[in-house]
Amino acid sequence: MEKRKQRDRILNVLLVAAIAGGVYWAQGNLDGYKIQILNLIAINTILALSLNLIYGFTGMFSLGHAGFMAIGAYTSSLLILPAFQKEMIYILDPLIWPISVLQAPFFVAVLAGGIMAALFGLLIALPVLRLGGDYLGIATLGFAEIIRVVGNNITFITNGALGLKGIPDYANLWWNYGWLLVTIFVIVRIVNSNFGNTLKAIRDDEIAARAMGINTYRYRVISFTIGSFFAGIGGALLASLLTTIDPKMFLFIMTFNVLMIAVAGGLGSITGTCIAGVLITFLLEWLRFVENPITLGSFHIPGIPGMRMVIFSLSLLLIILFRREGIMGMKELTWDTIFRTSPKGGASS
Amino acid sequence: MSERNIVLEVDTLTMRFGGLTAVNSFCAQVQEGRIVGLIGPNGAGKTTCFNMITGFYKPTEGKVLFHGRDVTGYPPHKICQEGIARTFQNIRLFKNETVLQNVMIGAHLRQKTPWWGVPLCLPSAAREEREVQEKCMELLRKVDLHKLAYENASGLPYGAQRRLEIARALATDPSFLLLDEPAAGMNPHESRDLMDFIRRIREEFKLTVLLIEHDMKVVMGVCEHIWVLDYGVCIAEGNPEAIQSNPKVIEAYLGEEALEYA
Amino acid sequence: MSLPMFVQHFFNALTLGSLYALIAIGYTMVYGILRLINFAHGDIFMLGAYFVFWSIALLKLPWVLAIVVAIIGASFCGILVDQVAYKPLREAPRISALISSIGVSFFIQNLAIVVFTGIPRAVFRPEWMVKVIRLESGVRVLPLTIIVPIVSFVLMLVLLYIVYRTKPGLAMRAISKDIETTRLMGVSVNKIIAFTFGIGSALAAASGIMWALRYPQIQPLMGMFPGFKAFIAAVLGGIGSIPGAMVGGLLLGFIEIMTVAFFPELSGYKDAFAFVLLIIILLIRPTGLMGEKLEEKV
Repeated sequence: MEKRKQRDRILNVLLVAAIAGGVYWAQGNLDGYKIQILNLIAINTILALSLNLIYGFTGMFSLGHAGFMAIGAYTSSLLILPAFQKEMIYILDPLIWPISVLQAPFFVAVLAGGIMAALFGLLIALPVLRLGGDYLGIATLGFAEIIRVVGNNITFITNGALGLKGIPDYANLWWNYGWLLVTIFVIVRIVNSNFGNTLKAIRDDEIAARAMGINTYRYRVISFTIGSFFAGIGGALLASLLTTIDPKMFLFIMTFNVLMIAVAGGLGSITGTCIAGVLITFLLEWLRFVENPITLGSFHIPGIPGMRMVIFSLSLLLIILFRREGIMGMKELTWDTIFRTSPKGGASS
Repeated sequence: MSERNIVLEVDTLTMRFGGLTAVNSFCAQVQEGRIVGLIGPNGAGKTTCFNMITGFYKPTEGKVLFHGRDVTGYPPHKICQEGIARTFQNIRLFKNETVLQNVMIGAHLRQKTPWWGVPLCLPSAAREEREVQEKCMELLRKVDLHKLAYENASGLPYGAQRRLEIARALATDPSFLLLDEPAAGMNPHESRDLMDFIRRIREEFKLTVLLIEHDMKVVMGVCEHIWVLDYGVCIAEGNPEAIQSNPKVIEAYLGEEALEYA
Repeated sequence: MSLPMFVQHFFNALTLGSLYALIAIGYTMVYGILRLINFAHGDIFMLGAYFVFWSIALLKLPWVLAIVVAIIGASFCGILVDQVAYKPLREAPRISALISSIGVSFFIQNLAIVVFTGIPRAVFRPEWMVKVIRLESGVRVLPLTIIVPIVSFVLMLVLLYIVYRTKPGLAMRAISKDIETTRLMGVSVNKIIAFTFGIGSALAAASGIMWALRYPQIQPLMGMFPGFKAFIAAVLGGIGSIPGAMVGGLLLGFIEIMTVAFFPELSGYKDAFAFVLLIIILLIRPTGLMGEKLEEKV
């Protein structure tokens, strides 16, 4: 038993080193477009993991993710935008003090984004998590929309529909993959602990969980808050990657994309989410080709704008109809599965 | 029977759903360390009583007293904290978890380190996780399920599932155990084993056990005191001999065959 | 506020509320029998509007015939959505059907963008509908603004007749109480479910057509917000209750219009009113104004 744990520990360290090495190589050798895709993969995976914690592991169907991403994005961006830039872009109403002069280093800003999102998550969770099932989905969606509409109107904080431009692009491969590793680390440790077991218990059978002494309301609030925290982190990094944000970015479609990754990878599987993060990000990029004209020999096929999202939504439909457990279902790809060993001792047949 | 403490008392416990009275002024006192039974025809209100005791229903009238404390209307998780654990009529295991995980979830209640201990790598948290796992494996050994510890709970044979549900309840460190039809679906051999099992865990874990059961062999064989419910009303209580010869009970529930179980 | 202004706002609210009510009925019926939130319902509303536009613009149909064609077409689409995206998932966990409904909704929206293009279109409106009527009191109102509530009211009466006075309607109500027993009673449950989708979609299409006439621009995403809001209206009235959906829809229409009428500075927040209402009703009275409680057996 101990030898397996030691082996796992060494392998994990090697994996992290490999990722670090990969990032170092990519930074120096790949062109801007490919690096952008790698960045998006990291951020999408962070977002999908945060949703998976709430939905896949704790069984709470939340449709409000875009709202928490928005909060993280705006909080972080307002802290890294230089003061003169803020003066320039706030043409409707000047940005209120002290936000107009506050500045913070990138790490602190992203962390602040996560904390703000977590705070809102907590405030929303407390009343809403008394509801169940379908109502939860529509209530969280409602909150996300309220956040978006309010954001569109409080021009003295968010610059309204104009959004924020010229956000410093600090979010490079190092930051994004660094935060991804932190996210994976925290969520894996939660899920593998007995606390994580109780979250899964709440998902599997809430009544039995309550009978076993678990305060399911309290634990769902905690899980929701943690998930919102990482959604905020993802939103903060996304803002810095894209350098401009506005409320229209955080419509329901944003939640849909993240949900797609979580479902495709397997609700309740961390490795599944990571795999799907790569695949779905690639898919979204690759699908751009259907929107551009193609010339095959003497045939010229005009591009069809909007076809990308048609195929994307069709893919989600196909997954849910024909393989709703996604790639990994609830199983994980562990070192055990790779080396065909099992916790029951010895190699499995 | 010698005098013992009253560990659980229900006083004029009543449950009304709209116009329907499911349980009507049920009174009972359970002595510490006893194995007692609640029987009656289907729909008599037995599980409703369980649900009132364990906090899933709020009684319309009446009180539930545990170790003398009024726990009426406590939410289910607080009831479990107080030391009352239960199993369910249709076995509610955590289907996507392993056997060991199911038991560990039961043990979570008594853990001391906070939930953020493990993600933040506190050594005390890691230590407690290991201890909990060992304690649960020990529990599995006692109910002879340790060989299946890493199997998925839903893949277990029926009898093992029942034992697992009881093991999970035991992991919450209760002093009072409510079993809802533990012998359902068992053949005579299995139900004999179950009777020994119940007696064994009562001794080993110092429990008081209240069970709902339809299998009269089990009830008469293992219970020291029995209450009979019919249409929500308690029509008789007493030891197995008294119950079996009670004409009201025979008419309502047992039928003439019951006399063979003496 | 002057009386004429108030009367105008009143009629606008009545119009908007009726349109919400018609859509809300479809949501509440489907939820009642399947416990499913049909996210694609708002897009059927949009298809109704587009079908009428294309029937007039492309097929050159006379205006009345175009409406009939559009309603039948959209109704058919609604039934198709159930057959393809929901029926295969009847035995699956409820969440799967919910995700499927989100997927279908996005699929229809994006397909509409591709096929119809995103350019907003204007639906043809007969002259007499938009000729402003000037009353002596100074109130100015379009004939359309009066027609919409009346037509909606008639449609709702027809629906209530179907649900409470016909056999299929009885079957629908039975299914919403206990689907298994209804099946055992020999009712062809799948046919009734298709029937429910058909009727709900027809009402949504009618609402979409009237919406297109009243607020003459149509675009592929026009169903999203009215859809959300109509669903909220259904929850407000008590999800599963048809009279509740009607009440909820009218109530929401009034709240939206009247709040902005009395507090114009809040107009930017108009879209959020419905969601705030939703949160409030879910916290105070989740079963809605006219709904019934659903218990879970332990």
